[in-house]
Amino acid sequence: MATLNVLILVCLGYVVLLFGVAFAADRMAAAGRGAWLRSPLIYTLSLSIYCTAWTFYGAVGNAARSGLEFVTIYLGPTLVMLSWWWGLRKLVRVGRTQRVTSIADLISSRYGKSNTLAICVTILAVLGGTPYIALQLQSITLSFSIFAEADPSGLYREGSSVFWVAAGLAVFAILFGTRNLDANERHHGVVTAIALESVVKLFALLAVGVFVVWGVAGGIGPMMDRIDASEIGQWNVDAGRWTTFIFLSAAAFICLPRMFQVMVVENADEGHLRTAAWAFPLYLLLMSLFVVPIAVVGLDLMPEGSNPDLFVLTVPLSQGNDWLAMLSFIGGFSSATSMVIVTAMALSTMVSNHLVMPIWLSTQGGAGSVSGDVRNVVLMARRVSIAVIMALGYYYYRLSGGGAALASIGLVAFAGISQILPALVGGLFWRGATRTGALVGLTVGFVLWIYTLLLPGMGGAIMPDSVLQNGPFGWGWLRPRALFGIEGMDPMVHSVMWSLALNTAAFCAASLLSFPSPLERLQGAQFVNVFDHSVSPAGWTGSVAQSEDLMIMTQRILGSGPAQEFFQHEAEAQGGRTSLPEPTPGFLERLERELSGSVGAATAHAMIGQIVGGSSVSVEDLLAVADESAELLEYSSQLEAKSAELSRTARQLREANTKLTQISEQKDGFLSQVSHELRTPMTSIRAFSEIMRDTDGLSAEEQTRYAAIIHDEALRLTRLLDDLLDLSVLESGRVSLNMGGDTLGSILDRAVSSSLAGSHPKLRIRRSRPSERIPLNTDLDRLGQVFINLISNAQKYCDADEPVLTISAHDVGGQVVIDFTDNGSGIPPEAQSMVFEKFARVGGDKAGGAGLGLAICREIMQRLGGEISYLPGQGGAAFRVRLPLAHRQAAQ
Amino acid sequence: MNSGEDRKPQGVRPSLFLERQSYRRRRLMDAARLLPILGGALVAIPLLWPSQGSSEDGVPLSSAILYIFTCWALLIVISLIFGFAARRMVVSDDAEAESD
Repeated sequence: MATLNVLILVCLGYVVLLFGVAFAADRMAAAGRGAWLRSPLIYTLSLSIYCTAWTFYGAVGNAARSGLEFVTIYLGPTLVMLSWWWGLRKLVRVGRTQRVTSIADLISSRYGKSNTLAICVTILAVLGGTPYIALQLQSITLSFSIFAEADPSGLYREGSSVFWVAAGLAVFAILFGTRNLDANERHHGVVTAIALESVVKLFALLAVGVFVVWGVAGGIGPMMDRIDASEIGQWNVDAGRWTTFIFLSAAAFICLPRMFQVMVVENADEGHLRTAAWAFPLYLLLMSLFVVPIAVVGLDLMPEGSNPDLFVLTVPLSQGNDWLAMLSFIGGFSSATSMVIVTAMALSTMVSNHLVMPIWLSTQGGAGSVSGDVRNVVLMARRVSIAVIMALGYYYYRLSGGGAALASIGLVAFAGISQILPALVGGLFWRGATRTGALVGLTVGFVLWIYTLLLPGMGGAIMPDSVLQNGPFGWGWLRPRALFGIEGMDPMVHSVMWSLALNTAAFCAASLLSFPSPLERLQGAQFVNVFDHSVSPAGWTGSVAQSEDLMIMTQRILGSGPAQEFFQHEAEAQGGRTSLPEPTPGFLERLERELSGSVGAATAHAMIGQIVGGSSVSVEDLLAVADESAELLEYSSQLEAKSAELSRTARQLREANTKLTQISEQKDGFLSQVSHELRTPMTSIRAFSEIMRDTDGLSAEEQTRYAAIIHDEALRLTRLLDDLLDLSVLESGRVSLNMGGDTLGSILDRAVSSSLAGSHPKLRIRRSRPSERIPLNTDLDRLGQVFINLISNAQKYCDADEPVLTISAHDVGGQVVIDFTDNGSGIPPEAQSMVFEKFARVGGDKAGGAGLGLAICREIMQRLGGEISYLPGQGGAAFRVRLPLAHRQAAQ
Repeated sequence: MNSGEDRKPQGVRPSLFLERQSYRRRRLMDAARLLPILGGALVAIPLLWPSQGSSEDGVPLSSAILYIFTCWALLIVISLIFGFAARRMVVSDDAEAESD
């Protein structure tokens, strides 16, 4: 008889072996060796954490109680695996492309990164997972106790053994589940250890089965007879339970956090599903092949009242086959440990990512933006979460007292976690599924699960019998086990039916009625049409090829010189065996920093992730990239605006310069003109005054004529000087206006008569007198001066054979507009902008003016509150005078 | 975002009939989709068996075991064949884009 001490030694030895395997696998994976670590076989074996201690021990117990019903728990997952082509393949592809870390992350990611949803799923998973962990602890403890009973030393104490088992499992999960913080959340060490445990538990169960069939019953034929002769010898499965359990186990197979962890998160290659599709059902078949024989033989051999859940252990023991019992114990231990470790890892990821980190980040107020900081906090959060989850499982076990049959707790947990199914399947296949729908559906399903299954199962302390019998407040239709008055159903079937049906209905209805946010709709399209948006992931690509791709990309962004220099430097730093550096995390980080200087952090991250991670860019990445591009665009548009402003200013400066140059030339021209103008009369005045002084005997008539010439020339000088003076007075603004009232017609009459007096050839004036009956209140002399100037200009410069000047007046929108248009050739375009400048003279000095007339006109009009402008394109020279009518109204 | 069919360019109509290899691959995918339905049907047959009460002509447990495990094995073999066929397909036309 194996003593308890030997058993404990074997256990410790086995755990040390697992440690060794996990450690070696981690080392190999880190070194890039060991492609078999990512083989389909390992993947399939890791999936078999589905078979926990509950199935290892409990399946036999279940078979002993209700025949073939236990097989439903295996048929469900088999059907799921068979439909991998359109179900699991999509789930795995989505998980890989979205870099999903847990099932809570998947759901939240699908519904627009909603953390509320993630929290709901996390709570559901923890609530469902805790009893399950307690169940594993219970099975280990029970199996210990079987050996303890047989041990004469009697040193065994149940309570302390549970504690040490829980603590040991927590340490193992912490050591290998939270060693590194990989972006992909893959744990090669743990997965390899689990694969080994899967082999051990299958081998153990098969060995017990073979022993029972051939060792005890004496072959297949006798075994079959024995089965038929036993108390469970007839097909006796309730149809409702059969269907419900197959469906439930299929749902739980997808939704259980630990299954999601090994199936989606730890998946290294989508092609592995192809192998797992047949290999995993085969594994399940082998696991259940000998369950009924063991149960039947156990019922035969064991005394009445012995626990059928432990037949796997007690049957070999009763036959005196200690080594087989030991192997079987190790098998059960394996099932329990692997399940607990992966569950703790998966739950801790969810708890730390969706509960702890958001809280920590919000209390931190954005101060912890250094990545090293967060890394440590995340790792610490996960370690604490694992410890807390294990402690919860431990206390649940202590509280429940470990009484209930193993299988029933497992099924309750299955029903709870299956509430995620509608949101998950809807999210994968229906683009119309919304966050609100998922939240409402989850809540409805969760509440119904608690009300109809969890609470009634916990006994009278929590839900009184009166509620169970008559419903809350005596409302019969709300009885937890006969909702809406439907009685006579199996409680399990009843609860699953109502909770999942109403969950799905609420999910669909709320999805149809609500409207998703843009991010949700984007994510929905990405999930549902994942095969259109992602390429088939190409397994493991060589690292050198990745470096080459990185090099090409970096050259495009940084330019070939700096890129080659950077890569060379990195290769040398790494030891320099090859010209290209290995894509180590440190190198990638530096490269990302280098690139982010050019293209922005988010863009650099997405580009490197695309090449190295093989995953497609997530919507969040795209949003960040879009933000960066928007900033760049804004910056460049600011630059553009500034440059446009600069060029506008430059053009204005150029124009001003041209004008200045022209004005300066005009000034020069005018100076010579003025000196010429001054010298001509001066010369004649001097000449004639000299004649009068030096010549004797001038006749009186001659004297008069010469004096008249001198006088005329002096007048001309005076006029010129008057004009100059006038202009300077006007310009300096020191002019005073003599306001007076008269009609436009009479002002024009005076101007025409004074400017045409004695002129030759005669200029014809065309006027329209009725329109000139506009009373004005202004400085009449000054306005007349403007008109005289314009009329005499026409007289002087109009080069037509029969010069005609048309004067027309209009009243346009509160202004008097008077146009003076002649029929000459007009002013050439290049001179048009200059005519109002001082000293401007068009066409040289053929008419002998000083070029001050129009400049004076402009100044006068400004003083009078109007303006004078040249009208191009009127056939001849055309000037427009505008006067405000306000003066007229004031006069009335 | 359009559904798969809509995404094909408007100008080029996909030909109505496929080459032999593509045809075989699509039928293989059909088979993969049908397999779980077959599995579901096989697993549902025990629902028709008489249970409880009619103890005289009930189905013996050994026959039930035989039936269920034979069906199970059959499904596994079909899945195995499909797995290998799918692998050959993927290897033979690796470059071709996936489509329905």
